[in-house]
Amino acid sequence: MTTLVPGDTLVSLQAVNKHYGQLHVLKDINLQVRKGEVVVVIGPSGSGKSTLCRAINRLETIESGTISIDGKVLPEEGKELAQLRADVGMVFQSFNLFAHKTILENVTLGPIKVKGVPKGTADKDAMALLERVGVGHQAPKLPAQLSGGQQQRVAIARALAMKPKVMLFDEPTSALDPEMINEVLDVMIQLAKEGMTMIVVTHEMGFARKAADRVVFMADGQIVEDDTPEEFFTNPKSDRAKDFLSKLLTH
Amino acid sequence: MDVILENLPLYWNGFLRTLFLSAVSGVIALVLGTLLAAARVSPVAALRGFSTVYVEVLRNTPLTIAFFFAAIVLPRLGVKFEQFEVAAIIALSTYTAAFIAEAVRSGVNSVPVGQAEAARSIGMKFGQVLNLIILPQALRTVVPPLINILIALVKNSSVAGAFFVLELFGYGRQLANANGDAVIAVLLGTAFFYLLLTVPLGILASTVERKVAIAR
Repeated sequence: MTTLVPGDTLVSLQAVNKHYGQLHVLKDINLQVRKGEVVVVIGPSGSGKSTLCRAINRLETIESGTISIDGKVLPEEGKELAQLRADVGMVFQSFNLFAHKTILENVTLGPIKVKGVPKGTADKDAMALLERVGVGHQAPKLPAQLSGGQQQRVAIARALAMKPKVMLFDEPTSALDPEMINEVLDVMIQLAKEGMTMIVVTHEMGFARKAADRVVFMADGQIVEDDTPEEFFTNPKSDRAKDFLSKLLTH
Repeated sequence: MDVILENLPLYWNGFLRTLFLSAVSGVIALVLGTLLAAARVSPVAALRGFSTVYVEVLRNTPLTIAFFFAAIVLPRLGVKFEQFEVAAIIALSTYTAAFIAEAVRSGVNSVPVGQAEAARSIGMKFGQVLNLIILPQALRTVVPPLINILIALVKNSSVAGAFFVLELFGYGRQLANANGDAVIAVLLGTAFFYLLLTVPLGILASTVERKVAIAR
């Protein structure tokens, strides 16, 4: 286990619980993520990892426990929640680019409308971000005209445009064709290298090995293991994790 | 035929009154209906409740009852107006708003939930999510049903004729009474002028539908 330096914690979940009807999707979750850390959350489907990721910016409500970002507890509703969300970038499985806005507008909308950045500045920053993720020449197009991989890279640029403290990735490559997965992962690996704090729910074990500082393994709504990638992949402690990894290796 | 040609100015007058009634009521109904739809999807339970009750009551009662309320009950409650036309506009717009609210609400529901989640996750407030992301996309899918509602509004405005408002149907009735021997021609003339309003609306609906479709 990594040692925590007090005050360094950026995202903190304490005793978080959630049910979907009878199903207990998050069971007493405790998780601390420090500044600059890349945490990869893996686990079988239905283990609650997406719910965990979405709870961190309150796209999912929780029943008990607390979630705090940079020392501030997530507000329930309203302006404070919106402000806090602006500091948390989110990348979705299905991209969710605004279908009626151009690629450039998708990236500038948040800075202009939420942060009050002048349009000229926002356009310039957005173009720089789009260049950085390799889709600068697509700026005037609509989302539907781009491939999935390109759309997801735009979605990453859109989240980065808000200059977030932490980025959440909810299975960012699961909806992509195999040949497009790498172009998105490359952008994410670059981000990790630059020191962005990231929480990544994924099935891409290659990414976990390459970029993660920690791997969190979830099963049945619980965090079963929380370790370095090296330790987790070569020496898993629990039977649940051993079972999960063995199934991956047979393919 | 002569009856129609001789009374063209009268028909034209009625046509303009119907156009006026429909246009004013239509604009009010669009604004009110959109607000009701916004209330219906808002996080505030009281707003949702109000909107639901409003829509269910107005949508499920006959238009004539709305007219009776506006023309007879409202003045007794102290809301006085010089002309019955004002009552007609109140009745038509409050009644039509219920249908518009339902159409806009279904349009809002047709926008994938991920669009709102993405907007919220970059820090937009409820009003911004609705105005910048959901409604612009919802209104595009809603244009054809909205125009259908406006066509119904044009036809519904004829009920005003029964409440002493002289519009197309009101004049038509006058003419029919005055020309007992040519009732069929008079009514055909009236119908023709209604078609002059509603058919272009229908054409507009299909044109808009083709133009504003958004690719997903």
